[in-house]
Amino acid sequence: MAPSSLQDAAPVVVVGAGQGGLQVAASLREGGFAGPVTVVDTEPGLPYQRPPLSKAFLTDDGGRSRIELRSAAFFDEHGIGLRTGTGVVAIDRTAGKVALEQGEFLDYGHLVLATGATPRALPVPGADQAGVVVLRTLADATTLRGLLRGPARRVVIVGGGFIGLEVAAVAAKLGHQVTIVEVLPRLMARVASPELAAHVAEVHRDHGTEIVFGRCVVALRGAGGAVRAVELDDGTLLDADVVLVGIGAVPKTDLAVRAGLDVDNGVVVDGRLRTSDPAISAIGDCANYPSHHAGRRTRLESVQNAVDQARHVAARIITGSDEPYRAVPWFWTNQFDLRVQMVGIPQDQDERVVHGDQVTGRFSVFRFHDGRLNTVESVNRAPDHVGARKLLATDLRPTAEQVRRAAFKLDPRNFS
Amino acid sequence: MARITYISPAGVKTTVEAEDGSTVMQTALRNNVDGIVGECGGNALCATCHVYVDEAQFAGLGPIVDFEEELLDCTSSPRKDTSRLSCQIPVTGAVDGLIVRLPETQE
Repeated sequence: MAPSSLQDAAPVVVVGAGQGGLQVAASLREGGFAGPVTVVDTEPGLPYQRPPLSKAFLTDDGGRSRIELRSAAFFDEHGIGLRTGTGVVAIDRTAGKVALEQGEFLDYGHLVLATGATPRALPVPGADQAGVVVLRTLADATTLRGLLRGPARRVVIVGGGFIGLEVAAVAAKLGHQVTIVEVLPRLMARVASPELAAHVAEVHRDHGTEIVFGRCVVALRGAGGAVRAVELDDGTLLDADVVLVGIGAVPKTDLAVRAGLDVDNGVVVDGRLRTSDPAISAIGDCANYPSHHAGRRTRLESVQNAVDQARHVAARIITGSDEPYRAVPWFWTNQFDLRVQMVGIPQDQDERVVHGDQVTGRFSVFRFHDGRLNTVESVNRAPDHVGARKLLATDLRPTAEQVRRAAFKLDPRNFS
Repeated sequence: MARITYISPAGVKTTVEAEDGSTVMQTALRNNVDGIVGECGGNALCATCHVYVDEAQFAGLGPIVDFEEELLDCTSSPRKDTSRLSCQIPVTGAVDGLIVRLPETQE
């Protein structure tokens, strides 16, 4: 496909106004794209950041404007059509049009799916009662904030992943009695090393939180339509006024499925983030892409992934570039005074080297797979994280032996 | 409310109204001030919202906590005596009239 002429570039429509969808539009304009750009989302209002929803937003009195990504003026000044509060109901690939809820159609030369993901529902009886919440949207966060205000209550967190742990930390700080139920034997089991997981668990316990490992929830008991207890598979009943369900998210792919695009744990894209229809790209939480860093297909839910994939697609639309997407994945979570950062995608079987001090809570875990460094986790050691991001962006990889040496510094210049 | 002035490396001044409770980083993004990236969303994790605070105003901003201190050694453009991460400068009436200069690079 020839690069589009900037003067009469074909319209770009972006489905989803989250961090990724907004970034596509912003990067198109930054790169000088002059054609029409429209961003459509079912959620009303201006695009906002999600990371604060499980942290500061829950304790803050601040309104929506504090977490908005851009002001309303940004969209006017940059000629970006923002259509929020309306969904795309269908894609007509032959005609190059999308249909909106109200029966309107938008033409596209290129379509970007940035539809995100939706929280996985807890498939047990009683999950629809008052006091049972998930956390994804501003509306969810506002509901949860209301539940956490007022007198101390019993909060049960189902799922020991990032969202659950962040909310657990906020709830404990607010004086609630918190219990985390995790079906696997450790926290953040899919992503974190045992060393990191153990440290995080210890910090939560130090704040009075109970953690139940290896059990799953079989029912939510209630009275008068409100939740009162969580029943576990060994018969234990945990009293609960609030239940936060954080057991992962499923990609929103309905639109792609109906349009006949390849879908398999997300919208399937190639190394350039193109779907099975080259006029349609998919990015962020909804996209299943072949990851250079993982050495396999993966689907990541992170701000970094959404933003970097958005920039990549915008650059391709503008220049026609055939560059593969290779940005280094990184993640973070803040819980209490823990500032945890991860770079790279961990593999199941790995060798690990720990630098720093697990007692004082300032350490990094270097994880190797087949003798190659592929993941670095840092707890309150931000310089290691920044260094690791630079290093993993190159093809240089220190050996475990090199990392073990105390004087080791994560500077690419040490290996070139 | 506070008025904050951002000066680009080329000397272009942009003055905007900032909302209390926001940060100097967030205010720049919301007002489309180029030169601040804020890649991590304002969590002091990435050092891409580096600014040089006006010398006379630097001391009035309050202390730099340890995690910001560490990241200031990771900035893309050189750290100076008046370097701060703008995500760690909250907007209050006390910062009205703040002037920050933007570095050549953030990433």
